[in-house]
Amino acid sequence: MLDVSNGGGESDAILSVRSVAKSFGGVQAVKEVSLDVERGSIFSIIGPNGAGKTSLVNMISGFYKADQGSITFDGTELIGKRPSQIAEQGIARTFQNIALFHGLTVLDNLMLGRHVRMKSGILSSILYWGAAQKEEVEHRKRAEEIIDFLRITDLRRMTTGELAYGLQKRVELGRALALDPTLLLLDEPMAGMNQEEKEDMVRYVLDVNAEFGTTIVLIEHDMGVVMDISDHIVVLDQGEKIADGTPDVVKADPAVIRAYLGASHLQD
Amino acid sequence: MSDAQSIPAAVLDNAKNRSDKPAMREKFHGIWQTYTWADYEAEVRHFALGLKSMGFGLGDKLSVIGDNRPRLYWAQIAAQALGGAAVPVFQDSIASELAYVLADADTSFVVTEDQEQVDKILSIIDQLPGLKGIIYDDGRGLGEYEEPLLKSFDSIQELGKSADSASYESDVRAITSDTIAYMCYTSGTTGRPKGVMLSHSNMLCVGRAFTAVEDVRETDDFISYLPMAWVGDATYSVVTSILTGASTNCPESPETLQRDLRELGPTGLIAAPRVWESILSEIQVKAEDLSGIKRAVFNKFKDAAIEYRRKEEEGETLSGGDKFMQFLGEYLVYAPVRDQFGLRRSRWALTGGAPLGPDTFRFFRAFGVNLKQVYGSTEISGLGSIQSNTNANPDTVGKACDGIQVRIAESGEVLVKSDGVFKGYYKNEEATKDAFVDGEWFKTGDAGVLDPDGELTIIDRAKDVGKLTDGSAFAPQFVENKLKYSAYISEAISFGHERPHVCAMIAIDFNTVGKWAERKALPYTNYLDLAQKDEVRQLISDEVTRINRTLPDALQIKRFLLLGKDFDADDAEITRTRKLRRGYIAEHYAGVIDAFYGGQDAVDLRAEVTFEDGRKSHVDMRLSIQDAA
Repeated sequence: MLDVSNGGGESDAILSVRSVAKSFGGVQAVKEVSLDVERGSIFSIIGPNGAGKTSLVNMISGFYKADQGSITFDGTELIGKRPSQIAEQGIARTFQNIALFHGLTVLDNLMLGRHVRMKSGILSSILYWGAAQKEEVEHRKRAEEIIDFLRITDLRRMTTGELAYGLQKRVELGRALALDPTLLLLDEPMAGMNQEEKEDMVRYVLDVNAEFGTTIVLIEHDMGVVMDISDHIVVLDQGEKIADGTPDVVKADPAVIRAYLGASHLQD
Repeated sequence: MSDAQSIPAAVLDNAKNRSDKPAMREKFHGIWQTYTWADYEAEVRHFALGLKSMGFGLGDKLSVIGDNRPRLYWAQIAAQALGGAAVPVFQDSIASELAYVLADADTSFVVTEDQEQVDKILSIIDQLPGLKGIIYDDGRGLGEYEEPLLKSFDSIQELGKSADSASYESDVRAITSDTIAYMCYTSGTTGRPKGVMLSHSNMLCVGRAFTAVEDVRETDDFISYLPMAWVGDATYSVVTSILTGASTNCPESPETLQRDLRELGPTGLIAAPRVWESILSEIQVKAEDLSGIKRAVFNKFKDAAIEYRRKEEEGETLSGGDKFMQFLGEYLVYAPVRDQFGLRRSRWALTGGAPLGPDTFRFFRAFGVNLKQVYGSTEISGLGSIQSNTNANPDTVGKACDGIQVRIAESGEVLVKSDGVFKGYYKNEEATKDAFVDGEWFKTGDAGVLDPDGELTIIDRAKDVGKLTDGSAFAPQFVENKLKYSAYISEAISFGHERPHVCAMIAIDFNTVGKWAERKALPYTNYLDLAQKDEVRQLISDEVTRINRTLPDALQIKRFLLLGKDFDADDAEITRTRKLRRGYIAEHYAGVIDAFYGGQDAVDLRAEVTFEDGRKSHVDMRLSIQDAA
């Protein structure tokens, strides 16, 4: 099919952000940022603390409303949509601070993740009858596939509050996957993890990308991880985009080194 | 019961006689998925025909590697249906062990569970020139592999579905009972593992002997969790199920075993002594954590139950009060505890492979678990003798089963003659010849005693029995087992042959000692640190003193040392079935042994650590030697 959306090199962008800005009172968190996320890629957003990474992701997922600009996902404008509507479009996310229901089991948290995909009304769901029953079975099946995928079969019936931090992060990824997303926003999925947990999580991120073809937008501080697995990196600093390209390009960019290591390193 | 000539022929019979009855279940996606005998037979047939079209035939070998999965079982039966043999291997083997076994067995096809095992095979593929196919069950992560030998289980079955199946049944029926069905590799306590060839008649004979003494029913459920490479899994799970129609159940994963076990409640269970010991210590730990009144009730009924069994065994009269306590205890304590560990429906439970501590043994029997000792080895298809329901005690291993003869050689070695005795070691006629006396009595290698009633008692490995310098007999395993009965000791090895006295190296049980340290508010970082604590050394010293009182004077432990790590099969110190490799240990810990008898009070040790991928590292430590009181 002929692609006429943007013309030329950006033809297969699943997500396009154009001149987006957001301020909180006097603070300009994000200033005129534009980027394109290619379909099926692993796309990382990095930058020092307070660079505006999470704000940007919050705008994509509808948590914040952008002050200006446009965010299009598969050709649909997202700005102005409620988070639940954006989720229905196929965008799922995890949070920097774990946002699970700690009193619910792993399985129930995952089933909850499928909520936007459920269609039965309250009454038929309560009665667990007919289409509602069939639907529940289908959703359970998908939840079980994810449990199997993330190798947490032994945790299925445990409440997430009982789990170790690294496992909670994994369940949170599972909850996001339960939405069957085409785009997955991961906000620091490896923060606070030990080396082994980190390696596991990297493995799962790569597997999600390879097996489900899910496009991944990753915010992460661990440079080793980011450089290893990303197809494309965008660097933010004080709300501005200072670099954009493949890991090798970004690594060599003087502006990036300045933002991360300070200017004196460049003078040597 | 099926009177088929071979295992796959018995499967064909089941598909006719009990086609819609459950044969196998697998917990998948959190639900027990059932396969009937008709399904079972069809899965085997499709895979067998697929294999056949790939060139697998009479006398060929197929290996399986992975956890207990239905497809790995079907693959083995399928190989047998073509007149080939199944060679199950331990899934946690390191690559070099695996390469040796697969090459020695001339394996032409390997069926693996998942990517982990496929990677292992691919890493040694250049050592396996005879390999014609690597077949995987779970294809996750294998999408981009380009190895031409790699095939999915489904693709082989697809081949089988379109193949000509007209002569399949008659071909299977034509397999003679002398054909080799399994080749199980010995654990290799000395030297390289040897391939034990077991025929269909070996397996079926032992399966029939087992079902003749034990109550096994068509409606029974067993759980398949023992390593497939161990002959016991084939004997007690696969063959017993095929002969009686009972169903085998594969847990979801090793991690979920305990929960799955409880959910299923198998009607019979076989487990190694260490499993029973870990269940007991878990019960004890939980009992410790109970609130006051609950703990009092538990302890009261526990003591009552043990006393009740003692009276029963010794023929004392049981008072009405005893019986009432027993009745009440069943409802309040015993049945709920059994239920917690999935023993609610079990009519019998077996322990074998190594002796079980008498206290552990009595505890389970007192709590209403019909725990019995069984004796067997790979070469006799896993079964020699078994205890009866009424005469089970911690010392003996019961009477020989029907059709199995046991006698003691002049040297004290246990000899076995039966239709279950193996056909020889693969490609090793010399070892085969050495394994028999008079051509038909198999030398088990165990030293034992047979009492006038025919009850067999195993003392030690025959070749390990030695002499102290003063001439008194020294049975190392006898000493070690006494040590291992202590909840705080995980493994032990004793020395004394041609020495003036007995010394021992002891590995503490990290869990129980760790718990003990927690209760004493004793901080520790890792195993080594814990083992070197003065308090822990004192704890074990007290245990050794206590144990010494139960040992004959000559065998009392004079000096001992706490190891900085537990024995590990990856480090070649024990076998995969957790048997000590004495020669290897004596060589690698020579410095320790010298220090024991040289009177030093500490020794520097460099322990080799082998990771599962074969990489090696080492840990240096200084361990102090203690004199026992």
